[in-house]
Amino acid sequence: MRREPPQRLADYGPLFFPAGMLIVFFVVPFATMIAVSVFQREQGGFYTPAFVFDNYARFLSLFFGKVLGFSLFLAIAVAAACVVIGIPFTYLLSRSPRKIQIVWLVALLSILSLSEVMIGFAWSTLFSRTAGITNLFVWLGLMAQAQALTPSFGAVMTAMTYQAFPYTVLVLYPALVRLDPTLTEAARTLGASPVKAFFTVVVPALRNTILATLIMVFIFALGSYLLPQLLGRPQHWTLSVLITDQAIYQSNMPFAAAMAVFLVLVSLALVGLALYAGQQRQAK
Amino acid sequence: MTTMRRLFFFVVGLFLALPLIVVAGVSINARQTLAFPPQGFSLSWYGQIFTNPEWRNALVASLTLAASSALLALLIALPLAWFLWRRIAPWANIFQLLGVAPFTLPPVITALGLLTFWATTGFYGQPWTAVISHGIFFVTLPLVTLSLGFSAIDRSLVEAAATMGADDRVIFRTVVLPLILPYLVSGYAFAFVLSLNEYIVAYMTVGFTMETLPIKIFNALRYGYTPTMAAVTVLFLVIAAVIFGLVARFGDLPKLLGAMSDER
Repeated sequence: MRREPPQRLADYGPLFFPAGMLIVFFVVPFATMIAVSVFQREQGGFYTPAFVFDNYARFLSLFFGKVLGFSLFLAIAVAAACVVIGIPFTYLLSRSPRKIQIVWLVALLSILSLSEVMIGFAWSTLFSRTAGITNLFVWLGLMAQAQALTPSFGAVMTAMTYQAFPYTVLVLYPALVRLDPTLTEAARTLGASPVKAFFTVVVPALRNTILATLIMVFIFALGSYLLPQLLGRPQHWTLSVLITDQAIYQSNMPFAAAMAVFLVLVSLALVGLALYAGQQRQAK
Repeated sequence: MTTMRRLFFFVVGLFLALPLIVVAGVSINARQTLAFPPQGFSLSWYGQIFTNPEWRNALVASLTLAASSALLALLIALPLAWFLWRRIAPWANIFQLLGVAPFTLPPVITALGLLTFWATTGFYGQPWTAVISHGIFFVTLPLVTLSLGFSAIDRSLVEAAATMGADDRVIFRTVVLPLILPYLVSGYAFAFVLSLNEYIVAYMTVGFTMETLPIKIFNALRYGYTPTMAAVTVLFLVIAAVIFGLVARFGDLPKLLGAMSDER
């Protein structure tokens, strides 16, 4: 049976349910959110339909600028750390025996699916005074006294890298598995060391993959909302935390919605920009 | 090179395992302390999950939500993936894009969209809204695995069946379904595990009326730590590892994750 365009109305039948569900429960909520972002906020957590840009005007405050700047900085730092460790790791993994690959993939998937609440809890335990890693340092004689390592920027950064690392590997994995092994073999035959072959052959061949992965991990990190809350100080809060906070605890839905719309635009703009840059480089 | 590779794998493995080792250690403390190395040995915190009504209710809520929302995600993804495979309708790809979008954007956006939607329609807080919300949020996973499954079907098989006079319905049941079954199962498994662990969408839609385990842990964190949280974390990790292990055992995990070649 060849693929053919739908001819009768009945041919569209299978599409009704999925299309209906996605439109009603994804497109409409998305539109609702955009609508709410220009609504007027009332006292007591309510809002009335209106068309005001007050909620967007609040972006012009210094506080908001700081939160946005920090969110972007944190997401870039996490993405960079994950990609720098993830590329050699995934490269070596993709060259490992199949059995070893599967064990690692199952482990990475399990950690990736672990709830952000649980990752936050695990790291706050590891960074705590009573059950933390500093007890190990004391035992080794590296430190005089056990201490709490959280809340701190380092704790937020470490836990977010932990959360995003399995994701990074899984994004890189398909490209690295398909990478032609003869490329590195040729480099090795010509006398390059494995490390040199990696940097001069593998990395350049993957330039676009690396860029795409950086963006994917960046957006993934931008979505982290619990780790900055559980492991950081209020100045380490990101835009995602602020959105949750405004929506749930401050009951300011219009402002939360405006920030969410802004977050979508930032995400899409960065993706567009990076894709454009990637195409430019490819065209040369 | 082998030594360097082993060392590198070991360091990465240690980084990934360390918090989990500490959590596993904490979960077997004899008394209600958050101590590592554990003081004494007790599995009572694991028992707590099933005997303490609060934790048990949260566990049941999480399992029910995950099982039903993964099913809904599958029911949305299957006809869509089938249609895109069967028909030439480029405009229908927009629905593929819509199915992938909630998973690609920061989750707080989908969560807030659904929150405003349920609040506007007046259903906010109803337990079934969480099922629909998660079903939409995780539709990406079965959609991706099923698209992969359909693209792997040899069209000459289908053509042979059609030549013999089988219609779409018969072909689907006798040829297509058996071929995509592994992808159906793994798509369900991925959606199930992720729904079990999901926090923000569940919290924003039913956070004040229903407690799933991640919500329960987060709420409990505010009042201090108990080893039960550690026990739940270990339990969830084991569930995920078993499910993904089964997917790997009965399916082709590297292929599902995008490795097309199956040499080695």
